[in-house]
Amino acid sequence: MAESRTPLRFDLAVIADAIAGYGPDRMVLDIGCGDGALMAALQGDSGCDARGIEIDAALVERCVARGLSVVQGDANIDLAEYPDKAFDFAVLSQTLQTATRPDLMLDELLRVGERAFVSFPNFAHWRTRAALMFGGRMPVTSALPVSWYETQNIHHVTIDDFRDLAREKRAVIERSWFFARERAISPVGANWRAEFAVFQLSS
Amino acid sequence: MNVTPPTRSHALAGDLPLDSGQTLVGARIAYETYGELAEDRSNAVLICHALTGDQYVASTHPATGKPGWWERMVGPGKPIDTDRFHVICANVIGSCMGSTGPASDGPDGKPYGMRFPVITIRDMVRGLVALLGGLGIERLHGVVGGSMGGMQALSLAANWPERAGRVLVIASTARHSAQNIAFHEVGRQAIMADPGWAAGDYYSSDARPDNGLAVARMAAHITYLSEEGLTRKFGRRLQDREATSFSFDADFQVESYLRYQGSGFTQRFDANSYLYITRAMDYFDLAEEHGGKLANAFARSRHARFCIVSFDTDWLYPTTESRHIVHALNATGNRVSFVELSAPNGHDSFLLPHEQLDRVVHGFLNG
Repeated sequence: MAESRTPLRFDLAVIADAIAGYGPDRMVLDIGCGDGALMAALQGDSGCDARGIEIDAALVERCVARGLSVVQGDANIDLAEYPDKAFDFAVLSQTLQTATRPDLMLDELLRVGERAFVSFPNFAHWRTRAALMFGGRMPVTSALPVSWYETQNIHHVTIDDFRDLAREKRAVIERSWFFARERAISPVGANWRAEFAVFQLSS
Repeated sequence: MNVTPPTRSHALAGDLPLDSGQTLVGARIAYETYGELAEDRSNAVLICHALTGDQYVASTHPATGKPGWWERMVGPGKPIDTDRFHVICANVIGSCMGSTGPASDGPDGKPYGMRFPVITIRDMVRGLVALLGGLGIERLHGVVGGSMGGMQALSLAANWPERAGRVLVIASTARHSAQNIAFHEVGRQAIMADPGWAAGDYYSSDARPDNGLAVARMAAHITYLSEEGLTRKFGRRLQDREATSFSFDADFQVESYLRYQGSGFTQRFDANSYLYITRAMDYFDLAEEHGGKLANAFARSRHARFCIVSFDTDWLYPTTESRHIVHALNATGNRVSFVELSAPNGHDSFLLPHEQLDRVVHGFLNG
């Protein structure tokens, strides 16, 4: 594929690096793959076999046009048609909070993939807390830029919430990464300090 | 119908075995090619035509003088780029543009008529595979088809999985539904109710089942369009008159249009071919061929990449049918892309200008 690539978004970059660490020829399912940036990087750099699901027809078309295998569909419904453990990795980047049932989505991720990567904006970041506490209104921040009435984020989640959910599901959190202003930060006080989190899980 | 000799025709080396158990002896397949075949023979793209289509995908139709049926898609610099690909398009067996069909002479030198064996989509593809063998093409870069052409592409991928690297299926289905069969039966009964049909033995007579064939085409044509498209194009507008005539003339533009479509069709198509090809489509059920599970059909297709495209206003082969195919391909771990495109014109959308479709087709074949 002879197209120039822009650098991956910060959360996708750590996921791509982590998957590359497992060696080539991995099967990856990218749920909500957008324009296929992660898939293209994985196929080009890591020799992975990447598949995608994307709900937006215009984005699917861009993926197909760059030679990627992407199915237009709704992850809330269509994940069910993939066989158990069909993939080494299932990736859900910045989509969990838009799922109809994030808990069932997590079940599906760990069913179709040996491992799952989940990234999401942390609703307990101090700026979000401050906006709600002092502003008294649903926060609109750089991490959550859309107003309450038009946001796709129907299930806001915090880092601690997600850890609780993983524990309930008996999923193992193998690795985690935290970000503020698109830079990696230490895990200390992450539920206050991180705008975004990425978790690597296995069942 | 005027029979014009095809420009290229291939006599199959052996007899063609059919799903019915019968054999087609001495069959010929008429075809056209566009673009150069690479030295390593790796750049061939087979385009499969729809029910009433033919091999003239990107060249003037000899009977009608009209441009090729997919000229906007196939040609130099077009989405299926003949500067890069060697495009092959063949008339299916059972049809009437030069390939062996019911209008062809049987072994006794008389037209087959209804003595022609009932064929299936897989039989058509068997003929295409035999043609490819004759042309020395072992493996296709890709196979592309819309509507019935998509059924052939799926059948090729399922039954000859080593033959195609890419499989592009547009506005199609893996099986004919009760509704699909019902509409075809209306068409067949219209033909067979025409006294000119004479049990299919009309080739040497002056009378022809043109009225029946025209009605069949009119009914089918409605299924290729959407209500929205019909409303936009015709509404309730009247044809060359100020008021309704209180008669059964074509008062409405839509009536006039359908009559025109119907009678035009009889100039280029054989009524018996219409019976045989619609029957083949009705018999098509790719899952049934493979033990009742569609996923089984694609179990050996892992080396191909698939792209399935549907249109949101296509009620003949709606998106749900395409999703069945995608589901089966996913269940077997095949590499598949799927997109539902938005277009106002129903099933016919795949033949009409559509920039997104162009990009998907080009991207899939080149990516």
